[in-house]
Amino acid sequence: MKIDFTVNGKPHTVDVAPDTPLLWVLREHLELTGTKFGCGRALCGACTVHVDGQAVRSCAYPIEYAQASQVQTIEGLESDRIGEAVVNAWIDLDVVQCGWCQPGQCMSAAALLKANQSPDREAVDASMSGNLCRCGTYSRIRQAVDLAAKNLREGAE
Amino acid sequence: MKTVFRVVSASLVLGGGFTVLSCVAESGDPGDDAPSPNWTSVDRDTPQVGDPFATVARVLRHPRCLNCHPSGDVPKVGDDRRLHAMGVRRGDHNFGMPAMHCNACHRSANQEAAQVPGAPHWQLAPRSMGWEGLDDHDLAETLKDRSKNGDRSLEDLLHHVSEDPLVLWGWDPGVGRSPPPISHAQFVKAFRHWIDSGAASPAPGTTSY
Repeated sequence: MKIDFTVNGKPHTVDVAPDTPLLWVLREHLELTGTKFGCGRALCGACTVHVDGQAVRSCAYPIEYAQASQVQTIEGLESDRIGEAVVNAWIDLDVVQCGWCQPGQCMSAAALLKANQSPDREAVDASMSGNLCRCGTYSRIRQAVDLAAKNLREGAE
Repeated sequence: MKTVFRVVSASLVLGGGFTVLSCVAESGDPGDDAPSPNWTSVDRDTPQVGDPFATVARVLRHPRCLNCHPSGDVPKVGDDRRLHAMGVRRGDHNFGMPAMHCNACHRSANQEAAQVPGAPHWQLAPRSMGWEGLDDHDLAETLKDRSKNGDRSLEDLLHHVSEDPLVLWGWDPGVGRSPPPISHAQFVKAFRHWIDSGAASPAPGTTSY
């Protein structure tokens, strides 16, 4: 099945089985390996990308649903001010430990901040609870989301 | 007349199966005190007699329906009606939280490889349609209350249970999830029968499984 879609602003066409996970297409066909495989069952959040502005788990996203869609991955996250603010906050607070889950964490954080640039603790936890971190960097993730939100509000990203 | 009614009721139930989406109440919700039948061992061959609403209630109370009609803000999953993993919550519009919308994982069809169920407009029922912990009387009253049911008439409700793809999903729930105890056709017939017989609410205190 031919799928035409855009990834990080660049048009792509792939010819794959319709039930091929978007994650496979990104990593194996387009060689965008920033998005990670975690569980394969939409349970851990490591593979989170944006499709038409919504955070989705790409391991459980059959490529047929991506026809004519705009996909954004961690490689393209800094193309807008919210994504840039998230990445800068992650760097400023040295959030990452092993790093495997962090692309998904950043994509979820950006999706949250697109919807709400003043999230309280409850909103942050509720929106980020689908992204697991086996290194336990949750406290730094919370701080980084708060910092990115603050910088966005102050226009200082 | 009573005997005739019982025969009709029994005929509506025989041989069917219906499953409901499960959603969970948080601690302290009335749902916590509700009995928890083992849906994998429900006797589907035993005809149920009594109030016309009883057959409808049996379906609405099945995990395939009740899991996504929680009385709290957390959906439940599975035939054992456990809390949805990943801290999923209702959100402002019943579609989950930002970055955790239902369609972050659920598509318009079941995904067998990832074992993620899916149907069009996958979402929680509004809080006003939380059914956990309600007896048959309160369940029927809630269904009929247009201030709670999305301003639906009885005919609108019949159309909803007959046509809505998310309702129909209950009978095609994918591997590992049981369908409701009667067929969809039997359920619609029972719903029609309840409406045609006056859509009365059963006496308080009755709970049909």
